Amino acid sequence: MTVQAHELTKDYKYGFHDVDVSVFRTEKGISPEVVAAISAHKQEPEWMLKFRLKALDHFFKRPMPTWGADLSGIDFDNIYYYIKPVDEMGRSWDDVPDSIRNTFDKLGIPEAERNFLAGVSAQYDSEVVYHSIRADLEKLGVLFSDCDTGLRDHEELFRRYFGTVIPPNDNKFAALNSAVWSGGSFVYVPKGVRVEIPLQAYFRINSDNMGQFERTLIIADEGSYVHYIEGCTAPTYSNDSLHAAVVEIIAEKGAHVRYTTIQNWSDNVYNLVTKRAIAKENATVEWIDGNLGSKVTMKYPSIYLMGEGAHGEVLSAAFAGTGQHQDAGSKCIHVAPNTTSNVVSRSISKGHGRTSYRGHIKVLPKASNVKVNVRCDALLLDEESRSDTYPYMDIENPDVTFGHEATVSKVGEDQIFYLQSRGIDEQQATALIVNGFFEPFVKELPMEYAVELNRLLALSMEGAIG
Amino acid sequence: MSEIAQAPADVATGVPAGADTAAELQIEGLRASVEGKQILEGVDLRVPTGQVHVLMGPNGSGKSTLAYTVMGHPKYTVTAGSVSFDGQDLLALTPDKRARLGLFLSFQNPIAIPGVTTVNFLRAALRAQEKELPARQFIARLGDEMTALRMDSSFRSRYINDGFSGGEKKRAEILQLAMLEPRLAILDEPDSGLDVDALRIVAEGVLRIMERSEGRMGVLLITHYYRILENLTPDRVHIMHQGRIVDSGGPELAHLIEREGYDPYITANSAAESEVSPR
Repeated sequence: MTVQAHELTKDYKYGFHDVDVSVFRTEKGISPEVVAAISAHKQEPEWMLKFRLKALDHFFKRPMPTWGADLSGIDFDNIYYYIKPVDEMGRSWDDVPDSIRNTFDKLGIPEAERNFLAGVSAQYDSEVVYHSIRADLEKLGVLFSDCDTGLRDHEELFRRYFGTVIPPNDNKFAALNSAVWSGGSFVYVPKGVRVEIPLQAYFRINSDNMGQFERTLIIADEGSYVHYIEGCTAPTYSNDSLHAAVVEIIAEKGAHVRYTTIQNWSDNVYNLVTKRAIAKENATVEWIDGNLGSKVTMKYPSIYLMGEGAHGEVLSAAFAGTGQHQDAGSKCIHVAPNTTSNVVSRSISKGHGRTSYRGHIKVLPKASNVKVNVRCDALLLDEESRSDTYPYMDIENPDVTFGHEATVSKVGEDQIFYLQSRGIDEQQATALIVNGFFEPFVKELPMEYAVELNRLLALSMEGAIG
Repeated sequence: MSEIAQAPADVATGVPAGADTAAELQIEGLRASVEGKQILEGVDLRVPTGQVHVLMGPNGSGKSTLAYTVMGHPKYTVTAGSVSFDGQDLLALTPDKRARLGLFLSFQNPIAIPGVTTVNFLRAALRAQEKELPARQFIARLGDEMTALRMDSSFRSRYINDGFSGGEKKRAEILQLAMLEPRLAILDEPDSGLDVDALRIVAEGVLRIMERSEGRMGVLLITHYYRILENLTPDRVHIMHQGRIVDSGGPELAHLIEREGYDPYITANSAAESEVSPR
C-alpha cells in the first residue's frame, strides 16, 4: 500500500491540478477490512488496531439515535472513511501542495498564523497536511501535533489518556470515530506552562462523499493554560458528507483550558461530534462553541467536574438557516463538592431553520455546595423558523444553587423601526440586532475571530427579511 | 465646541454652502389608522426648517400617532392625505429612506437593542446616512456631545437603551439628534418623566443643536408640559384634539393652555376624554 501511495504522489507532483489530489483512499463503505487498512496504512501498534475493531463492533451493534435531529439521510455505505491527501505532512507551507495551500490561503490560515497564533494545524480530508508550533513553546515542552504523531512519538502519554474521557461505547458516532479516526490534534501542556497565544486547528473536507473523523486529545497538566481554536469548512456537494469528531480534554489540578469552535461546514455536512472534558481540582474548562454551518449538527460539549473547586463554562451560539438543524447544548456533571458551572446559549433561526437547545445538568449526591447557572435565549427571525429547548436536570444533592432561564423571542417590529428611523435599512437593522444578540458570545472570541464571525453572520443574513 | 458644531453641519445636511436650505414638512389632510382604528382624522400642518413648532393636546388626541405615521411605522396605515418633506413624497418611502432625507424621530419610549453599544449604534446610523466621520473625529465629537448632555463616558459602551433609566433614554435620544443633525426633528415628549435638572439639560441640548444648525433644522416638539418651553421658545404652537389640529397660534397659545388646560377644545361628547395615552 505504501508503494501505491508513492506512485500516486508522483502523479500528483507532476501536475495534478484536479479537485481530487488524494494519494490513498479506502474503498467506499465501512467494514473490518477498511478499519484494518487504515490502521495498517498508519503502521499503528497492535493495541490500536484492536481498539479500532472493538469500536467498530460497537458501532455496528448500536442503533441510530432517534432522540435528536433527523439522521435518516446518512448512508454509511456511500462514504469514504479515509482519504489521504498528501504523502507527507508539511512543516512549512512551501511543503504543502499548491492546490491545498491555495485552499488554506483562501481561508486565511497562513496569514492568521503569521499574525496571532502560536501554532497551526491544517487538516485536509483525513490527514493533517501542515503543522507548526512556535519554537519557544516547543522548548517549554508543549506538544502540539496531529493525533497520529502523538500516538507514534509519545505512545505512553497518549495511551494513558486516549479514550479515557470518551470511551468507544459512549455513543454510535463516538464508536465510529474510534474505529476510523485519523488526524485531529494532540496537545500536551506541561505543568505550570501558560500558552498565552492560541493554538489553532483548521479542518477542511475536500472530497465528495467524505467522512472526516478527526480525533483530538488535549492534556493540560497541573496549573497550565491553553486556548485551542478550531475552525472548519467544506465545499458544497449534492451528496452529504459526514463529520464525526471526538474531542477529549483533561484539565489537571488548577489547569485552565479554553476550547473555541467556529463551525462553518457547508450545508451538506452532518456534523455529529462528541466533546467532553474532565476538570480536576480547581481546574477550569471553557467551551466556546459557535455553530453556523452544516446540515445537521448534534453536539453537546460536556464537562465532568471531578475535583473540588472545578469550574465549567459552556458558551454557545447557533445559527440555523433554511434546511439546517442545529441541535446543540451542553452537559455539566458535578461530581465533586464546591464546583460551579455556567451555561449560556444563544440561537437564531431563520427561514425554516431549526435550533434546539439540549442541556443536561447533573449534580451527584456527594457534590454539595454546587452552583449552576443556565441561560438560553432563542431568537426567531420569521414565522417559519423554529426553536426548542430540552433541559434535563438530575439534582441529587439538595445543597445546590440553581438558576435557569430560557427565552424565545422574535425580532421586534419596533426594534427594526427604531433602527430604520436612524437611516439604517431593514436588512442592516436585522444584522445589527442579530450581532447584538450574539454579542455575549462574540466578545469572548479573539478580535480576529469576532470580526470573521460578524462577517459570516452578515452573509447568512443576506436576504433574510423580505 | 463651536468648531465641531459648525464643520459637520454641512456634512450632516448634505447641503452645499450657499444653497437654498429652506425645506418644509407638509402634512395635508392626513388620515391614519392603527390596527383598524382611525386615529388621525385629517391633519394639516406645515413645519419649515429653522422653526420650532410645538404640538400639544390631551392624551389620546393623536400626537404620537402623527409622529409615528410621518416617520413610517408599519403599524400605522395612511388612509388619506399626503406627507412630504422638501417637496418629496414621504409616504412612498420606507422609514430609513425618510431618515436619510433628513427626518428624525425622538421616541417617547426609546427601544432597547441588546448587544449593540451606543457607539456602534451611532456609527451604523451615521454610516447609513453617509455622514460617517473618521474614527478619531467621531470619538472626539461624541465625547463633546456627551459632555454637553452630561452623560457619563461609560454610555459609549453600554447597549443602546438597554437598562437605561427613563432619563438616560431621553438624553440618549438627544445625543442621537446631536450626532445625526437631521433637517427635521420630531421630538415626541422628550421631557416626560424628567426631573427639573434633566429637563433643562434636554431643553438646552435641543436649543443648542437648533442654534448651531443656523436655520437648517426644523423641530416639531410634542409635549404636555409648558416647562420645556421656558427654555425653548416656539415659533408656532398647535393644539391637537380628536385627530385634528384644532387651533394654531404663537407662543402665547402655550401660555393659555398652561393656565386653562384643554377644556375650551373638548366638547361634551368627546370620546377622546377617557382615552389613555399609549405610553
